[in-house]
Amino acid sequence: MPEATAPAPGKKPIVPFLALPSDPGEKPYLTGSRCTNCGASYLGTRMACSKCFSTEAMEPVKLSDRGELHVFSIVHQSAPGVPTPYVAAIVDLPEGVSVRCNIAGVGADPKDLKFGMPVQMVTEAIRKDRDGNDVIAFSFKPV
Amino acid sequence: MREVAVVGVAMIKFGRYPEKTVPELAGQAALLALKDAGMDMKDIELLASGNLYQSNAMVGQRILQTIGQTGIPVINVANACATGSTAFREAYFAVASGAYDTAIAIGSEQMGKMGLLGAGGGGGSDPAYSTEGVLGSGLMPAVFGMAGVEHMRKYGTTAEQFAKVSVKNHKHSMHNPYSQYQTEVGLEDVMNARVVSWPNTLYMCCPTGDGAAAAVLCSMEKARQYTTKPIRVGASVLTSDPWTQRDLTMPDINTLTRNASREAYETAGLGPEDIDLIELHDCFATAELLHYENLGICGEGEAGRMIDEGATYVGGKIPVNASGGLLSKGHPLGATGVANVCEVVWHLRGEAGNRQVEGAKVGLAHVIGLGSACTIQILEKV
Ligand SMILES: [Zn+2]
Repeated sequence: MPEATAPAPGKKPIVPFLALPSDPGEKPYLTGSRCTNCGASYLGTRMACSKCFSTEAMEPVKLSDRGELHVFSIVHQSAPGVPTPYVAAIVDLPEGVSVRCNIAGVGADPKDLKFGMPVQMVTEAIRKDRDGNDVIAFSFKPV
Repeated sequence: MREVAVVGVAMIKFGRYPEKTVPELAGQAALLALKDAGMDMKDIELLASGNLYQSNAMVGQRILQTIGQTGIPVINVANACATGSTAFREAYFAVASGAYDTAIAIGSEQMGKMGLLGAGGGGGSDPAYSTEGVLGSGLMPAVFGMAGVEHMRKYGTTAEQFAKVSVKNHKHSMHNPYSQYQTEVGLEDVMNARVVSWPNTLYMCCPTGDGAAAAVLCSMEKARQYTTKPIRVGASVLTSDPWTQRDLTMPDINTLTRNASREAYETAGLGPEDIDLIELHDCFATAELLHYENLGICGEGEAGRMIDEGATYVGGKIPVNASGGLLSKGHPLGATGVANVCEVVWHLRGEAGNRQVEGAKVGLAHVIGLGSACTIQILEKV
């Protein structure tokens, strides 16, 4: 089973469940865990299964970089410093995991979005952190 | 468990009181509720105090330092938007258990203008790792926007139908002197207003503000000593979010409300058809339609039609948010869940003035706090 490898020097993921493989030939991916008792899947790691309460070790899962748009909202007003408008969304991945993300590559207009439309994960460096590392974030864009 | 009655209620008009302290706002509501009950502080055996923003600051004790230090047990409660209603439930169980004969629940909050967009979310100490606006949004306007969009996806509900909720609740607010805003708005005004988080526009989002409300509870045996109009607590239910497929990513506001309403109806021994009025948690207009179905007052996918038909106006089949709802009345977090008990009690007593739901015998007060907590109180005229 794949495990999140250490991030490449100078790059750090915005959240722990975004894996940044050090091999430049390997694309970044999201990591999840699957309950070995009931099969419920989660983003990132967990202490126990919140569906069946099993405390058996969870199976790490490398999540697909393709999914479907479940729902969205067009955010026009946000916290100070957050650029608007943008498309906030929930994307469903085939492993049964949902991801909260921005949808990139579309207008901030409900007409540009279709329920169930296929989307693909992309990553980019969005900021520098205090130690000078590039902070890598992900978003999804229509395929 | 023994029967419990609400024997006194009060709230102050929600709004902005920058010159007052939280204990002053809360103390004012508490004294009014005690007066309404014909009691004073020495009659009260327990205080449950709900306040979110000052949850580490012993608000309940500070209220008593303002209105009367009798040495009674004080429970300070924080439970997001369900803070006040959870305090009410603590007071209810204190009396229902038989341990105390009387209790007061006080909800208070001073939000100023920071409110719902004040928190950035995530990131720990280095803001470079803040996820807000980068990995979607965890702020309430987007969360409830997406919840509404999910209803659109499932049932074809339209942005206009959600907007109609705002028109209704603003219309109701015109008759509520306790409402932070008393402004009528037309459908065009709502639809054309600045978008906050689509489909919710400015008028479809509750304002932030300050406020306080209080309710005095008493065992039913002793209630008649204080009032000729005791209101029975038929059910007081609290649920949290159970596992559902997307809940950890996209808060599921539906399942815990459905669990709470099922339990509340069962406990009270009645069903949605027996309810004469509802105060529900319309923090955003989208939420109200979802809760019509969650509370069982219409079938699955019928909420849009229900608002189209005007069934939830005062005078309609089942009036919802006669107070003006959170959209108009305001939503000082800790005060909200006690204030909606006040509203229902006033209707059941026939004291709701021009917004009175005629002949109301049973009312339901619902609150949801994201994270998540849901409370439902069923109140009955005796
Ligand atoms: Zn499991």
